[in-house]
Amino acid sequence: MSTEELKNSITAILPSSTFDETGEFLNVVITSEELLPLMNTLRTKSEFDFDFLFCLTCIDWKDHLMMVYHLLSKTHQHTLVIKAKIADRNNAQIETVCNIWRTAEFHEREVFDLFGVKFINHPDLRRLFLSDDWVGHPLRKDYTDENMISL
Amino acid sequence: MRIFLSYSFSALATFIHSFLAGLISNGMFLLVTEMVITGVSLIVFLVLLCFFLGYMERRVAAFMEIRLGPNRVGPQGTLQIVADTVKLLFKEGLTPDSSDKFLFNLAPFIMVVASMLVVAPIAFAKDFQLYDINIGVLYVSAVSSISVIGILMAGWSSNNKYSLLGAMRSGAQIVSYELSVGLSLISIVILSGSLSLGDIVKSQENGWWIIKGHIPIIISFVIFVIASTAEINRAPFDLAEADQELTGGFHTEYAGMKFAMFLLSEYINLFVVSAIAATLFLGGWMPFHIGGLVSFNHIMDYIPSSLWFFGKTFFVIFIIMWFRWTFPRLRVDQLLTLEWKYLLPISMVNVIFVTVMAIMGWHL
Amino acid sequence: MRGLIGEDILTEEGEFIINMGPQHPSTHGVLHLKIWLDGETVKRIQPNLGYIHRSIEKMSESLSYRNFIFATSRMDYLAAHVNNEACALTVEKGLQLEVPQRAKVIRTILSELTRLQSHQLWWGCTGLDLGGVTPFFYAFREREAIMEIFEETCGARLTQNYMVPGGIMYDVHPNFQKRVKDVMIQIKGKFEEYDNIMTGNVILENRLKGVGYLSKEDALSYGVTGPTARASGLSCDLRKSNPYSAYDQVQFDEILDTGGDCYARYMVRMREMRQSVSIIEQLIDNIPEGDFQAKTKNVIKLPKGEFYQRVETPRGELGVFIVSDGAASPYRIKYRSPGFSNLSALPIMAKGGKIGDLVAIMATIDLVIPDIDR
Repeated sequence: MSTEELKNSITAILPSSTFDETGEFLNVVITSEELLPLMNTLRTKSEFDFDFLFCLTCIDWKDHLMMVYHLLSKTHQHTLVIKAKIADRNNAQIETVCNIWRTAEFHEREVFDLFGVKFINHPDLRRLFLSDDWVGHPLRKDYTDENMISL
Repeated sequence: MRIFLSYSFSALATFIHSFLAGLISNGMFLLVTEMVITGVSLIVFLVLLCFFLGYMERRVAAFMEIRLGPNRVGPQGTLQIVADTVKLLFKEGLTPDSSDKFLFNLAPFIMVVASMLVVAPIAFAKDFQLYDINIGVLYVSAVSSISVIGILMAGWSSNNKYSLLGAMRSGAQIVSYELSVGLSLISIVILSGSLSLGDIVKSQENGWWIIKGHIPIIISFVIFVIASTAEINRAPFDLAEADQELTGGFHTEYAGMKFAMFLLSEYINLFVVSAIAATLFLGGWMPFHIGGLVSFNHIMDYIPSSLWFFGKTFFVIFIIMWFRWTFPRLRVDQLLTLEWKYLLPISMVNVIFVTVMAIMGWHL
Repeated sequence: MRGLIGEDILTEEGEFIINMGPQHPSTHGVLHLKIWLDGETVKRIQPNLGYIHRSIEKMSESLSYRNFIFATSRMDYLAAHVNNEACALTVEKGLQLEVPQRAKVIRTILSELTRLQSHQLWWGCTGLDLGGVTPFFYAFREREAIMEIFEETCGARLTQNYMVPGGIMYDVHPNFQKRVKDVMIQIKGKFEEYDNIMTGNVILENRLKGVGYLSKEDALSYGVTGPTARASGLSCDLRKSNPYSAYDQVQFDEILDTGGDCYARYMVRMREMRQSVSIIEQLIDNIPEGDFQAKTKNVIKLPKGEFYQRVETPRGELGVFIVSDGAASPYRIKYRSPGFSNLSALPIMAKGGKIGDLVAIMATIDLVIPDIDR
């Protein structure tokens, strides 16, 4: 599917989504509540068939957090980036997608560890890299540590 | 001159005996003194032998692995193993806090004692045998399996899960492979008609069993080498240690001299197993004789019998080392499959063949 | 375990748990696996990460676009060239910079040499993990020759830092072509030796065949990439599907196998080594003359936006995701490392196998722990 067709199909499913075509891939910006139904459709509907989640991460934009999902379809060879905006930084939470793509389980644990985003219905949501008693989430822009040195 | 040419050690033994008899009149005392001398010289001999085997293993490994091996300490690196022993001696003999301390410290000794006991009936040269027991073969197979107790003891008392797994593996392994070892020993017993190692060697005067016994004995020899490699826990059957899986297995927690004793017993076992293989299948100290060719046999007799024995033993040792440095390790279930599904049935059928051969007199 | 012997061996639920790592010979680093056992059979595995987490992503947020590349050499230390190349490509994508042809070809040759030496190390370590020590030394004999090429080219053997935005840091050594050709002849002659000592061995085949099965669907769902996924029949070679550098100028096959077990993974890597040699041989005589580096400004500033580059490392797909706010250092960097996703499939591969199988599986998915932890 071409970028234009993807845009049209996604608008048909989710009219509130906005698009950003400045980068290499087509970006779809949605809110965190809309994520799971859209992802389910993208995975199951044969015209999309996004079967490969090749990157899952988060960006801290200081006033909000942005989850970024890079999707690829092995059958149709098209790529799509879903961005889910989490407005509430202090109580950041979003639905997990690890029932759709198993690889999300580890990647979401990493995001939980370093950004503090809680994934609802995640099977094993624990810190991945840092110890369980670590305070704070280091990849957030406002994270400070007394031992930090600026380069 | 005649005695010298036969390279018999009985003259030496008689000389020492009469010399001591002149000094000590009490018969009991004399016996004890002689036993102590024999014991001490045996232990010294075995320790020196293990030094050599350790050196040999490292050089063989280096040869297989296209590298040089130890070549710095002493001429050609011969003193490397002495340096290592000194290092081990100075290491702290650590005993884990939560281990069963008595069993933990006892286990290495059981291992060493069990392997040293097997040396008794082996004929090192003509008339050079510590004790020619009339049930020598039975004795060897019985005593050599004591070492499994040592391994289980070490694994269990270490209070370490890896050690326990290693010990359990080893238990299953040694008990299984004991059968094949026993059956391949029996095929020689059937042919020679004796359990005494001395008699078995003498029965090979006109040719070694591996030549006289045709294909069935070659099969037994191969099975014996495979099964005994497994019995002494050497690669590719070193599942009890399995560095990459169990980080050392039953001897994970041992350090210093106690660890060195496990190494010692491993090398003594290696020597013993090879010596038994050499004695039973390759004629022991018996020179290479062809029945009927008197002058040829006579020339062969000029090579000392101890040279024959050690030559054959080290040949088998080299083969076992060769296994170790070229094969990957088996998995635990494959190990047991190999024994129970292949080696054991083959050796059982083989024993029947040997029996038929012995009854019909088909062997040479 | 504390207290008397035999007391705390089992948990309250009657489970036997052992901890493999962080110090264990076959985890190839500081990986910690918690294993639930039933006798020798693995019931469940829980990977525990973070023992060598150095927060390269956070660190890069305060480094310039020239400097952050050097931190990536420490991620997958067996493929430093490829990591550097991925970062350089991402920055070039942001700057819309055209890299000189000479730099592209040299990058490709070095990447393939990296793949060769990484696979050779993997081959040796697989032998070692399965209990055969000898292959390790055979592998290192040829690997050493490649490392010497790296050393002569850029002064470093492991953390090369040779790729910079715009090309390569310096031109290659005058000896480069001759030396690479010599080494390729040497390596080609040794493949048969590798096969003789390992591939045809009955014990090895028994250890690997049918062990650690990963289906194509699972590979895709778990995001498994690289030779591990290709052994399950999943076509994912980015050198073919998304060619970068000079990969569009060479002929090579994407190695696929349908076995999905450890043996398939083993064979895929063995065959990939031959493909790498073929790629290098096609390029080594055709290094174009010209600049080795495009002109870049002293201080690189990426335009506002997001840039993503995928490259094929010896272990799989490495993704570099740079978010720029227009400043002189990245706003956010994410490395999608191949080992991280490959490891996540380990629990399903190893389930139901023996401890020995687990070691074989870890060896054949070729884990490099700093690449997982970053």
